[in-house]
Amino acid sequence: MTGSLAGRVAVTVAGWAIALLLFFPIGWMVLTSFKSETAAIVPSLAFAPTTESYAEVQSRADYLAFALNSVLISLGGTLLSLAFAVPAAYAMAFHPTTRTRGTLLWMLSTKMLPSVGVLVPIYLLFRDLGLLDTRTGLVVIYALMNLPIVVWMLFTFFKEVPNDILEAGRMDGARTGSEVWYLLLPLALPGIASTGLLSVILCWNEAFWSLNLTSSAAAPLTTFIASFSSPQGLFFAKLSAASTVAVAPILVFGWLSQRQLVRGLTFGAVK
Amino acid sequence: MARSTKTRSIATGFAGLAAAIAGIGSAAAESTLTVATVNNGDMIVMQKLSGEFEKLHPDIKLRWVVLEENVLRQRVTTDIATKAGQFDVLTIGNYEVPIWAKQGWLEPMDNLPASYGADDILGTVREGLSSGGKLYALPFYGESAMTYYRKDLFDKAGLKMPAEPTYDEIKGFAAKLTDKANGVYGMCLRGKPGWGENMAFVTSLVDTFGGQWFDKGWKTEIDTPAWHKAVTYYNDILKESGPPGATSNGFNENLALFAGGKCGMWIDATVAAGLLFDPKQSQVSDKVAFAPIPTGDYKGGPTWLWSWNLGVPASSKQKEAAKTFTTWATSKEYLALVAKENGWVAVPPGTRRSTYESADYQKAAPFASFVLKAIESANPNGQTKESRPYTGAQFVAIPEFQGIGTQVGQTIAATLSGQQSVDQALKSAQAATDRTMKQAGYPK
Repeated sequence: MTGSLAGRVAVTVAGWAIALLLFFPIGWMVLTSFKSETAAIVPSLAFAPTTESYAEVQSRADYLAFALNSVLISLGGTLLSLAFAVPAAYAMAFHPTTRTRGTLLWMLSTKMLPSVGVLVPIYLLFRDLGLLDTRTGLVVIYALMNLPIVVWMLFTFFKEVPNDILEAGRMDGARTGSEVWYLLLPLALPGIASTGLLSVILCWNEAFWSLNLTSSAAAPLTTFIASFSSPQGLFFAKLSAASTVAVAPILVFGWLSQRQLVRGLTFGAVK
Repeated sequence: MARSTKTRSIATGFAGLAAAIAGIGSAAAESTLTVATVNNGDMIVMQKLSGEFEKLHPDIKLRWVVLEENVLRQRVTTDIATKAGQFDVLTIGNYEVPIWAKQGWLEPMDNLPASYGADDILGTVREGLSSGGKLYALPFYGESAMTYYRKDLFDKAGLKMPAEPTYDEIKGFAAKLTDKANGVYGMCLRGKPGWGENMAFVTSLVDTFGGQWFDKGWKTEIDTPAWHKAVTYYNDILKESGPPGATSNGFNENLALFAGGKCGMWIDATVAAGLLFDPKQSQVSDKVAFAPIPTGDYKGGPTWLWSWNLGVPASSKQKEAAKTFTTWATSKEYLALVAKENGWVAVPPGTRRSTYESADYQKAAPFASFVLKAIESANPNGQTKESRPYTGAQFVAIPEFQGIGTQVGQTIAATLSGQQSVDQALKSAQAATDRTMKQAGYPK
């Protein structure tokens, strides 16, 4: 008994240690955001808390406009990629051909090219299509960017759904549409939800395309954060305050949906 | 047919929803100027005061894109090179202005109203923004370099800063001021690699030690005794009297170190004076003193001159309105507005003679005369010890310099971190630069 108690204590301590280690940068950021600029450059826990950085951030940029863009673009990109990924993953999971595996790997290979490699062609396309600094443009880019991952995740979840159930549906006369809508989607809902959550988080944090393709009208929170880093003058406290308000919504969102997230991410991990 | 109806309606539903979400509010107003600017203190003030401009010109609305310098440079260059026309007013450095003007990317700033007083702009700054006799951008603020030092530490060590210090004297002071046990370092200098970071300082150092980047026929001159002497000096002083990890220190990191009381001396841009003098941003505001940038063997070098300027891209669809804003933000009236709202010490420095003639400014900014002298004595179009084919003070005004400067900057940083000897570093920098210049077709 004592041995197992010691073991449990060790596991608890290790768990907390790792959790605190992972949380440390975020915790430090939040702490820094309540310091004054001169206190922020000294790594110390003793300081007089102030909210002046938050006031400064609020007075310089319209947080709500950026946040609204982030929400709309993340949700839009996620829905658009799901709309393409569900049929694709369905076809590959339930009607595989000899080329399915290769197709999946090929889709993933598009993630291996660094984004900056296609910046100029994409920029020119966006210029000619009038998509620069529009939410539509970012929704399309985010959907395309996340599509390989979304297809892969959905494919893995769909593989967990017994083909027999879908077959039984077909025997009862269900067409492909009803089969997906009434059988597959409800059965794989936890998986689809966690795929969607992950995609929303990826879109929310994306900074390369949002910085390069938007300027003001469609700029999301990543641009908002970037506008507080400065090569001249002190900015740690203001940058921390901007980052804190920018990650707060997605932190809360992740907190509320953590059960689905963890379930989805470990779903099918043990076979 | 009926088989796919449901699938299709689902798909249409999704796509429709995405499009609907994306479409909300993406229509833009017509008479709106998009202003791209860097996140430096003076620009933030401009953004805050721009409401006054909108009051004066109710038909022009402003939208702001504020970014960090390197991100902004990448963003703006992509836009202007592809003629995408996303921006109507750009904040650009005096490095870009002549290069971009030659490419036809900038609108010339002619037909300025007489009340603007273009003659009031400091001569060296104005020259840096001209190409073929025409002005292509208007200066928002300008800077040179000077020496910052801690009066209290100098007094304690029984030292006195000469009126015109030399680098030899500075080295002796730095060693005496260093107190590593208490975390005080005699000399802080830029070590972070980059053409606008460590190479700005190193270039000015090389100039005053009698060296230059290229000779009259564009032959690379890095592996030379002058560079050797300058880089050895730079290494010695930072290793003996500099803070640990100097290779990660740029302007901002050094500003934080000096403001936090960790540096005895610091040689950098004059714009730091206003920041170090501000008790809200500096713990040493009452102890900081100023001296000119030190000199080496050669006294007449081009030293240091940088300005941040507002320009209008040729791809802008609202050039007239953009010019109206540019003129307003660089006018005497704007400077007076800043003085009224934020005090004279907050006025953007280094652009107009009238600022320095103002008694109020001289009283509020005790560093004013140093800054003016530094800017006026900078000679970006002048000659180094040997004559040179290029212009620019702490940079070389050719498009290739961003790449070359950053690459050489990395090699110089490697000598500081001990990965390379000065000999090796200068040899490899010479070879790499020579190759780039030959590929670009420079040496005749």
